[in-house]
Amino acid sequence: MTSLHLDWGILFEESPTGDGPYWQLLLTGLKWTLATAMSGWLIAVAVGAVVGVIRTVPSRWLSLLGDAYVEVFRNIPFLVQLFFWFFVLPELLPEAAGSWMKQSMPRPEFFTAAVGLGLFTAARVAEQVKSGIQSLPRGQRNAGLAMGLTLTQTYRYVILPMAFRIVIPPLTSEFMNTFKNSAVALAIGLTELTFQMKQMVEYSNQVIITILATTVLYMVLAMAVNRLMAWIEHKSRVPGLIAGGGK
Amino acid sequence: MIEINNVSKWYGEFQVLTDCTTKVQKGEVVVVCGPSGSGKSTLIKCVNGLEPFQAGTITVEGTSVGDPKTNLPKLRSKVGMVFQNFELFPHLSITENLCLAQEKVLGRGHEESMEKGLKLLDRVGLKAQAQKFPGQLSGGQQQRVAIARALAMDPIAMLFDEPTSALDPEMVNEVLDVMVQLAKEGMTMMCVTHEMGFARKVANRVIFMDRGAIVEDAAKEDFFGQPRSERAQTFLSKILHH
Ligand SMILES: Nc1ncnc2c1ncn2[C@@H]1O[C@H](COP(=O)(O)OP(=O)(O)O)[C@@H](O)[C@H]1O
Ligand SMILES: [Mg+2]
Repeated sequence: MTSLHLDWGILFEESPTGDGPYWQLLLTGLKWTLATAMSGWLIAVAVGAVVGVIRTVPSRWLSLLGDAYVEVFRNIPFLVQLFFWFFVLPELLPEAAGSWMKQSMPRPEFFTAAVGLGLFTAARVAEQVKSGIQSLPRGQRNAGLAMGLTLTQTYRYVILPMAFRIVIPPLTSEFMNTFKNSAVALAIGLTELTFQMKQMVEYSNQVIITILATTVLYMVLAMAVNRLMAWIEHKSRVPGLIAGGGK
Repeated sequence: MIEINNVSKWYGEFQVLTDCTTKVQKGEVVVVCGPSGSGKSTLIKCVNGLEPFQAGTITVEGTSVGDPKTNLPKLRSKVGMVFQNFELFPHLSITENLCLAQEKVLGRGHEESMEKGLKLLDRVGLKAQAQKFPGQLSGGQQQRVAIARALAMDPIAMLFDEPTSALDPEMVNEVLDVMVQLAKEGMTMMCVTHEMGFARKVANRVIFMDRGAIVEDAAKEDFFGQPRSERAQTFLSKILHH
């Protein structure tokens, strides 16, 4: 049980992977976790906002399309989705595109993870956006339309600004989830934080230190997200309204 | 100016409006009253196309509301509407509330919108509140801003849906005063309200609705003198003696 002896010096020893010392190994992982989660999050917010909105507009086809998206992406395990994008999609695409994905696409595991994570999280963002919009008093939409704004303008200037304020708290936890879920991408070979943690455990045999160090890094990320979202919430607070602004 | 001809509307099986016919002439003030659930809000929302209807026609200055070819946003921009719950936009300051549609719908410049908005705000006695947000105003103040916001579009007619029902009693008069002044200036108005004092003061006609139908449509003097239907009499005696 030598691993119980906490020798933090291990972090400064060279790792046999050629990545430099072990702390650098973990840092590379942190970098990929950050890159994957952040790009995934941007995609999730963009796609999720659109899907959430079309589920609330008075068009049967659009809302069915939005519902279908959410059902598919929410009910299939994220790992399966990743495998689909990574292994199956190139086979389904036209010859040229497929072989480009397999052979020449730069950093395929990163792009697949970011886009896959984005599309998966978008379904969850869409749920929040939809319920945020629906929690607004219905009269707001009528008031916008009654002044002569088009439906699009009513969404843009009246409904969405309030809906986004309402969804900031639930979106905070979805944002944190993108960091946790990005670890799934180790299954397609992305050298993110959890992947690096496994490597370090294997090579250094320092299980406890490795896991503790990784835990600290994930917690730092979570706290940073939390602070960022709290800051956004504070900045967008509406004078005279109680937090959240819903009725 | 507003002509409603044989309008019927259903929510699924449930008929909300039954063969409603009436008109509002230019400069006329028509008060619509009736028990809760009788279809007053629905009727008034049909006038600017916020609610679709399945039978009959409504025209506003000759433009048919139900015609799919009608440019509804354009028509709505000419008809002001004031709601029971004010419906100011909480994330926008009072001046932003006043300018939004002037700029986005009418294409007015910011300065012109601002000037117009502030003038109307002054008219409803709220110039000092220009920089505040709706959540920082009382209900009565919010409703007066809502009226100013509608007027900023230079409407040819105004629709009111129970503009004072959500207010504390002490704030009702500040809103009614603005409405009375508007009526006296010759604004064409269709007002759903139970404020019979307002009706007596400025209405030309009073419409009484019950179960989706227009039961009574009479000149003010006739309505208050001797409403013909029993239901209208019962309703009147109830709201006049509460
Ligand atoms: N979206 C809706 N779906 C089904 N029924 C509705 C809807 N809106 C209103 N109703 C019904 O239509 C009737 C008339 O409503 P409304 O016009 O709001 O009455 P009023 O304004 O006179 O109180 C009520 O019985 C109400 O329950
Ligand atoms: Mg009503």
